[in-house]
Amino acid sequence: MTIEKTTLDRRAFLRSSVMAGGGLVLGLSWLASAASAVEKATDVSASEWANFNAFLKIGEDGRVTIFSPNPEGGQGVLTAMPMIVAEELDVDWKNVVVEQAPLDTKLYSRQYMGGSNSIRSGWNPLRKAGATARQMLREAAAQSWHVPVGEVTTAKGVLHHKSSGKSATYGELATAAASIPVPADVELKAVKDFAIIGTSPKNVVGKEIVTGKPLFGYDIQEEDMRIAMIVHPPAFGMKLKSFNASSVKTMPGIKDVFQIKVFNEDYVWEHFDTVTFNELVAIVGNSTWEVMNAKLMLEVEWEQIQDHTITRNDYYAGKQELNIPSKPENSDWHKSASAEMAAQPGNVLRKDGNPEDAFRNAAKIIESTFIGPWLAHNNMEPYSFFAHVTDEWAKLKGPNQKPGLTVNALSHRLGMPVEKIEVEMTRMGGAFGRRSYAHWMIEAALISQHVKAPVKLVYSREDDMTGGIYRPYYRADYRAALDKNNKLIAFHVKAGGLVESPLINPNLFPAGAVDNYLAESWQIDSNITIGSYRAPRSNFMAVAEQSFLDEVAEAAGIDPIEFRLELLDRVKTNPVGERVGYDADRLAGVIKLLKEKAGTGQAGVHRGVSAYFAHGTYVAQALDIIIEKGKPKTKNVCCTVDCGIVINPDGLKNQAEGSIVDGIGVAMYGNLTFTNGVPDQNNFDTYEMIRYGDPLLPETIDIHFVESEVDPTGMGEPAFPPIMAALANALYKAKGKRLYSQPFVNDLG
Amino acid sequence: MAIFKLKINGKQYQVDVDPSTPVLWVLRDHLKMMGTKYGCGVAQCGACTIHLDGEAVRSCITFVDSVGDQEITTIEGLSENGDHPVQEAWLEHDVAQCGYCQPGQIMSAAALLNSNPHPGDEEIETAMSGNICRCGTYTRIKQAIKTAANS
Repeated sequence: MTIEKTTLDRRAFLRSSVMAGGGLVLGLSWLASAASAVEKATDVSASEWANFNAFLKIGEDGRVTIFSPNPEGGQGVLTAMPMIVAEELDVDWKNVVVEQAPLDTKLYSRQYMGGSNSIRSGWNPLRKAGATARQMLREAAAQSWHVPVGEVTTAKGVLHHKSSGKSATYGELATAAASIPVPADVELKAVKDFAIIGTSPKNVVGKEIVTGKPLFGYDIQEEDMRIAMIVHPPAFGMKLKSFNASSVKTMPGIKDVFQIKVFNEDYVWEHFDTVTFNELVAIVGNSTWEVMNAKLMLEVEWEQIQDHTITRNDYYAGKQELNIPSKPENSDWHKSASAEMAAQPGNVLRKDGNPEDAFRNAAKIIESTFIGPWLAHNNMEPYSFFAHVTDEWAKLKGPNQKPGLTVNALSHRLGMPVEKIEVEMTRMGGAFGRRSYAHWMIEAALISQHVKAPVKLVYSREDDMTGGIYRPYYRADYRAALDKNNKLIAFHVKAGGLVESPLINPNLFPAGAVDNYLAESWQIDSNITIGSYRAPRSNFMAVAEQSFLDEVAEAAGIDPIEFRLELLDRVKTNPVGERVGYDADRLAGVIKLLKEKAGTGQAGVHRGVSAYFAHGTYVAQALDIIIEKGKPKTKNVCCTVDCGIVINPDGLKNQAEGSIVDGIGVAMYGNLTFTNGVPDQNNFDTYEMIRYGDPLLPETIDIHFVESEVDPTGMGEPAFPPIMAALANALYKAKGKRLYSQPFVNDLG
Repeated sequence: MAIFKLKINGKQYQVDVDPSTPVLWVLRDHLKMMGTKYGCGVAQCGACTIHLDGEAVRSCITFVDSVGDQEITTIEGLSENGDHPVQEAWLEHDVAQCGYCQPGQIMSAAALLNSNPHPGDEEIETAMSGNICRCGTYTRIKQAIKTAANS
């Protein structure tokens, strides 16, 4: 990809402009204005988008380079974000060259991937960036042609003045436009006039991917670069005691063996600074294979940690002390400790009406317990980062979901100002939340600093899978009360997990639909570290809640789709309580579209349905199973989506399809267990992933979008959580057995 | 260390490495061909798939001293201009999400079509079952293989 010589540096120029902050507030009804804790936290970061203004430059030949600000890990923003700029700039997509923007905490803010938020937060600033440049080009044309600016129109990168017949390309007027004052307000296109948004241009680096170009952190090659690997403790609750490097240092290709300390003891973690093993042995050598062999031969002594606390600034909860117990943990203990917590009163997050009385007076009570296991992320690209640290500057390059945040930790650790640190974002070979915690960036920097040379740190699959920061073990206990007319009169959810509860937003469905409602939460300290995992918390709450609602609908003798729609009618007409954290119209909208598109099931087809609002987007799904040769087989998944305006329909369909396949795989097989603190699974021979030939891999997947002019939301996560419930509900229909505990494969036989 | 002469993508190469070095690391570290990916090191994920005399093998467990005069093909050499029917079908279906596993997927698919130009569903599933995609692009991969088979 080449950059054309440009007549101006738009990035420097636009820096002076002050754009209104891109609001996150969607055109929702009053219900959604009661933002959840999660939404509030996101709003804070969104307001910082006012500084996000370095998006494009225009070449003399009319080609436009659009800088995509956020890291790309397969969610498609490297194509979709520039589409938004190009739309408002009014250029032909084929003249657009896309480049990954560098990390620049002054030029950009919110350069991170998470919460399906790139498009949601980027929408307004990206539109304004394109529209501002278009407006300046129009004014330059008006001055050059001595005509009123209102008479200058644009079409596909060309400026026109109708009555005089004058026209010029953007490239011809780009220099003149540079001297135009940045307009305070710009007009944005009407949705009906969109020419790029709503089309499906292909992945801008598709060709590079299919030809094996070095796009990823693992692929980095730099002059005089050495390969480094780390050795971390074999178990949670252990730390480095001592090591003997003498036999390893003489091995072929080995340059150095030494200890690094990721953070100093008094460092206060920011949210994404989680580190599992703070003291590591680093081995540096000439090639990966030589370093891998040295790793096997290294003599290390480990010792048990002491009980201790870590101070951390939590993204949601603020400053908190994390208690790290020293005891080695077993999966049996995770189960029994959770059961003990579930038997006690929890922390009440929401209470409507009088649930105790309602349960006492119920005609029927349904109770179920759901378990979600620890999950490893298993990005196909194991962790890696390139670092070249000198006394004066540091250059880093690699996969990192939150470079704009984690660079601060690096700066602190190196004692080097952020301005002296250059961080380049590579394409991420999967991210799924795990690359938010970029401790390997700091590790790489410390190793480079020590050996005074450029270094690429690479993790083996085993290092990666046993390195912590997992989706935690969760448990949810549900109770529902029906009256003698089978009306749902009370609903109780109590959920918790190791280190965190999956229930932090008690205002999601069915809150607002039930007169007597109680939501409680609990948590247990652990020495196993946790972190974001695709659709954090909802990746468990959706399967538990949507499976349970299916069970309640059955007990009430009502069709599961009609049951949900009746509850949502209640929310729309006469909501219970002060806060409802979702738009009942939009949730009902995807369910109604599902009814229309999925049709009525056929004989011999077992259908499970699910509907969920998570990470800004509404999704409903119907998963159809048949029994073939005595085994369940997924025929089709129908999925309806309301993510507002659809930027790139085929890109979004790909995200939904992938989420559905991933969700089925995780629900069926995803499982990390522990014996005396040691993960029982450390590679793909023991950690099962869904593969071709799996009968539950859907033969076909249909995705349908609700037509909408509401501002767009993201699609990297929302279709992932509910499919697990649709699967559980369909398997129940097919096999007659409710599935309460993941991985489902253990209960299916 | 020992000298090995390898024929890769139609060209001759010579490397001086430990005989137990997997071809994966010879390609990546010694010859700087980064298209063949490391995913697991134990032949469980397929990201490192290459062709040895046209057959798909996992380069992470194929030691350099076992290659002999067999011809190695990597994703870089599958076609001159990235226009192998499988690569074109991948682009037509816009298969990739993160893209990390896709060179391995493409090499497995190309080997399948070499030996079986019109595979049925079960043959595709069997041939591709060693390649994991965490992004879950399996449905598009299957469509792309069928498109490539018909081209």
